[in-house]
Amino acid sequence: MKQHRPAGSTAKPNTWKLMKSNWVLYLFLVPAFVYFGIFAYAPMYGVQIAFKNFVPSKGIMGSAWAGLTYFTMFFQSPKFWDYVRNTIVLSLYSLLAGFPVPIILALILNDIKNSKLKRISQTLTYMPHFISIVVLVGMMSSFFSPQSGFVNTAIKALGGDPVYFMGSESWFRHMYVWSGVWQGAGWGSIIYLAALTGVSPELHESAMIDGANKLQRIWHIDLPAIMPTMAILLILNCGSIMSIGFDKVYLMQNNLNLGVSEVISTYTYKVGLIQQNYSYSAAIGLFNNVINFITLVAVNKITRRLSGSSLW
Amino acid sequence: MKTKNKIKSGWEDKLFTIITRLLLFLFLLIVAYPVYFVVIASFTEPVYVNSGEMLLFPKGFTTIGYTQVFRDMRIWQSYVNTLLYAACGTFFGLAVSVPAGYALSAVRLPGRNILMALLVFTMYFSGGLIPTYLVVKGLHLTNTRLLLIIMGSVSVYNIILIRSFFTNTLPRELQEAAFIDGCGNAGYFFRVALPLSKAILSVIALYVAVAHWNSYFNAMIYVTDRTKQPLQLYLREILLMSQNTAAMTEMDPQAAAQLNRMVEVIKYGVIVVSTVPIICVYPFLQKYFVKGIMIGSIKG
Repeated sequence: MKQHRPAGSTAKPNTWKLMKSNWVLYLFLVPAFVYFGIFAYAPMYGVQIAFKNFVPSKGIMGSAWAGLTYFTMFFQSPKFWDYVRNTIVLSLYSLLAGFPVPIILALILNDIKNSKLKRISQTLTYMPHFISIVVLVGMMSSFFSPQSGFVNTAIKALGGDPVYFMGSESWFRHMYVWSGVWQGAGWGSIIYLAALTGVSPELHESAMIDGANKLQRIWHIDLPAIMPTMAILLILNCGSIMSIGFDKVYLMQNNLNLGVSEVISTYTYKVGLIQQNYSYSAAIGLFNNVINFITLVAVNKITRRLSGSSLW
Repeated sequence: MKTKNKIKSGWEDKLFTIITRLLLFLFLLIVAYPVYFVVIASFTEPVYVNSGEMLLFPKGFTTIGYTQVFRDMRIWQSYVNTLLYAACGTFFGLAVSVPAGYALSAVRLPGRNILMALLVFTMYFSGGLIPTYLVVKGLHLTNTRLLLIIMGSVSVYNIILIRSFFTNTLPRELQEAAFIDGCGNAGYFFRVALPLSKAILSVIALYVAVAHWNSYFNAMIYVTDRTKQPLQLYLREILLMSQNTAAMTEMDPQAAAQLNRMVEVIKYGVIVVSTVPIICVYPFLQKYFVKGIMIGSIKG
């Protein structure tokens, strides 16, 4: 049995001694570091194929250097700006539309005093969060189908012409963003509700005595209380402006909406795994990751300067 | 106090309440109706669903969709696969991340900031799809169940949640007392820390399990063997690919219609069968999910 000294007993325990007495803790970290070594750091080493003419049979080390060939190839490809624009527009739109709805929902829910109604509303609004992306997109393509979807049935009943929502460039972004709001608003409101429970009821009471109505109290008491949460979430979202998720875009993509639905991540997938152009795909992916990283660091720096709060 | 409130709440507040209740009701309707629609459509003849005659109640009640679903062996195969991946993946994820989170919460661990930074860095920067694919291929993990179990089961975010939990809930004095009593790191972890952390264990387990249940990406990239495919990949085939192939390949209209009819019959039943378990279970586990978000919002 190893003898452990409580941390306070020696005046200044030297690092080596501390490391030795806590070897078990390092052992605890080994599995996690093996995991991230394999799935995160090994790929980072492999990303050098973006600068090489990678040939699988020659391996990473054996393939010849290609310099920036694949990067210039991407920058000069006629579709480059389309992909960048599609990526940024889709995530900015998601951010702008998805940000206020959970806040409004939380404020409405917070106002309900009847706890049964409140609980039912919460449970119902969280529900879409648990529907998988595949099922969500499947539901959308059924409901919005031009022949048989109930949305188009309603449009036809009102005398309009059916719209092929899922196969239209002008509708793709709205469909993507608002289905995301539908799915995420309830879940997103949880964090604001938590912040709102921290508001002292005395503040509200004294405001009421002063004759403030509900709207005024929300504006002057509730909103300032959730402001820090809003700020942090806004930073987090801004940091990922170039990293729109692959899963849903790919599922919603078809030949008819490709002009607006091809984003960098889906293009990386197609170049890499369907056309098997490994080096080119790695270069595109690396470009995207570097941009993401820079945005996140920059956004974090700006907010630290402005508000003193930051992510790290 | 009570009478005062009554006097103060004037017409503005009443109007406010009416408007917000209406908004809430509208929102609940928008959230609930599509889900309700799927359920009643699964019991209705596809003809009525597609013609828009079924809006509030099942029409021409039928269970043919479900009989088809239950007859389809591939659904059950993929269902079992998903259950297996979710169960093993959750266990694996906990086994890796809980000890790691605990170790990183120990103030007396030299180098823990560097170790932490090494982990956090992977949240913000990655090698990308192809380099990851090459690593997986190099390890001969493509087309294996093992890969679908382990990949995605460990996340730095979860490790940070665990670390915050240990930092915020385990009092330092408790640990010092245990150490004076001769309890080592391992003993303290297994006999004191773990039994006190059921809340965080449930939260992480739920996060990992739900993520497994819903994921299709890894399986799509790395597994071509149909018998190993998870549920979501098969759902994708039924719900999305059939429509696209029929529309795109201009196949024989009669065959396309036949295929579409089959899909129409089966699709709502499939959605119900695949989604209902998780939707029925979460209200009971809701407090754990919410707790996870709370822990995440406190910076550790």
